[in-house]
Amino acid sequence: MDNIKILTEGDSSLLIVFGEEISPAINAKIASVVRLMREQHIEGIVDVIPAFASLLINYNPQVLSYRTLRERMEALLSLDLDTQEAVKRVYQIPVCYGGKYGPDIQAIADHAGLSVEEVISIHSSCDYLIYMLGFLPGFCYLGGLDQRIHTPRLSNPRLSIPAGSVGIGGSQTGIYPMDSPGGWQLMGMTPVKTYDPKREVPILVNAGEYIRFIPITGDEFLQIKDEVDRGTYKVKVSSGEV
Amino acid sequence: MGIRVLKGGMLTTVQDLGRYGYQSQGFSVAGVMDIRSFKIANLLIDNPENEAVLEITLIGPTLEFTSETIIAITGGDFSPTINGEPAKMYTALYMKKGDILKFGSARTGTRGYISFSSYLDIPVVMGSRCTNLKSRIGGFKGRKLKDDDYIGFRIKRRYLPFFLSRTLPQEDFSAQEAVLRVVMGPQDDRFSRQGIETFLREKYTVTSEFDRMGCRLEGPFIATASGAADIISDGIAYGAVQVPSHGKPIILLSDRQTTGGYAKIAAVISADIPKLVQRKTGHTVTFKAVTVEEAQAIFHAETEQIEAMRKAIHVPCREVLESRLTAKRLRKLLVQEQ
Repeated sequence: MDNIKILTEGDSSLLIVFGEEISPAINAKIASVVRLMREQHIEGIVDVIPAFASLLINYNPQVLSYRTLRERMEALLSLDLDTQEAVKRVYQIPVCYGGKYGPDIQAIADHAGLSVEEVISIHSSCDYLIYMLGFLPGFCYLGGLDQRIHTPRLSNPRLSIPAGSVGIGGSQTGIYPMDSPGGWQLMGMTPVKTYDPKREVPILVNAGEYIRFIPITGDEFLQIKDEVDRGTYKVKVSSGEV
Repeated sequence: MGIRVLKGGMLTTVQDLGRYGYQSQGFSVAGVMDIRSFKIANLLIDNPENEAVLEITLIGPTLEFTSETIIAITGGDFSPTINGEPAKMYTALYMKKGDILKFGSARTGTRGYISFSSYLDIPVVMGSRCTNLKSRIGGFKGRKLKDDDYIGFRIKRRYLPFFLSRTLPQEDFSAQEAVLRVVMGPQDDRFSRQGIETFLREKYTVTSEFDRMGCRLEGPFIATASGAADIISDGIAYGAVQVPSHGKPIILLSDRQTTGGYAKIAAVISADIPKLVQRKTGHTVTFKAVTVEEAQAIFHAETEQIEAMRKAIHVPCREVLESRLTAKRLRKLLVQEQ
């Protein structure tokens, strides 16, 4: 229970905060709490949203009071929470950086005091852990962004960001799976669809897997986009140890 | 057997209480914006509590009935007419084959609801019939209704007892101000004492950036305790009030994203969300803090109030005891029948 906080979010949600940092250990702990909750099946819980370092529980106050749920969760959190290790699967996501695809890349470079080339090199040389999906169908929250290119979110979010955009928001990086409003600084775009409702498996990746960004040219972008549109493009996946 | 959409209106969608259980994959709940008006629409014609309805927005649709059924219209006042004659809201209405139900633009409120006793023939996707516009799933082909769409009914007209009693006082959405009660948190500690005072004291104006996802408010700057109010992205509840670093609140509604990274100073209580979603651009809101226990007591009171409405329409109507009134209403009904 150390450092775990149970907070209210309105009259029908409870937010459990496990820590103030993004770490694989905290994330794994949340996953085991969700597993335990499924096993215990608490009547009145309508949905759960596990995140980096927190868990939001939606409940029906008609069935379950704040006090009762809080007591149930306190009891559950006092249990010894086991965690499991995952096999490392890395999706290779092609990205065309800068230009019209990444209007904020210069701002990211300026903020970091680096060149655009250095930003691209840093961003594309690491495997990012998919901590969670959220915000939009298939939107991956990735961990492991190099501190040198952390960039604050826009103070006023954009009303529309095109699908496939790759951006940085604070200490996080990721891909917009569909056109959406959002506050991240945009650095590039992938022609790959991480969410496609028409595909047999609409969401490409799962929490616990990894993503690596592969820089491509504008010509390669158009070529891959064409293959994606025709349904012939296959995202490369490599596997290894965690 | 169903309805033909002659005019789709501005944003007419099939909605119910929403799609729960998939937020962990990033699927928004969606569902109706004004849960109270939705519940009243269904209870007026004895529909199951979560039966799908049409939600209409600002400019209503025109619908042609291709078979008889019973409907109810609730929410904002869109001056509905049936074959050109004003239609009574908050009342069970008998619709015949060929009837044209036409809505204008919202005179008061912003959203209206039409329930159908023959149930809209909409497939259940991931546990719900509601339209998720963002993900393009559910509802009618995952989108808003357009001219010439056709939605069938699942069953024939049902018999409804106490038909003449099925009327409730029309709810009034004309107020230009609303008090929204909130439970503070979860990240109210990110804001300065002055910031919290500003939030709870000042008036905020509803902007035109107000859709099913959320409502942006304009008003005095809400100060953070120190620096940016960004948080590690976490789940977002219905009614959560985010304050990005521009210092103006955004209230997250039915089509809200499942998670986000702006600090949430508070969350609007369930019973007061309908008051917000029926406000128009330029209207104002103020916030009042209540405890979570108080908010849940209000939640129970709201549920009891709706149950009381259900009881009120399940009695013989008082006009039956007065023969002249009965004759008048019967004549009206018979004239409609012809």
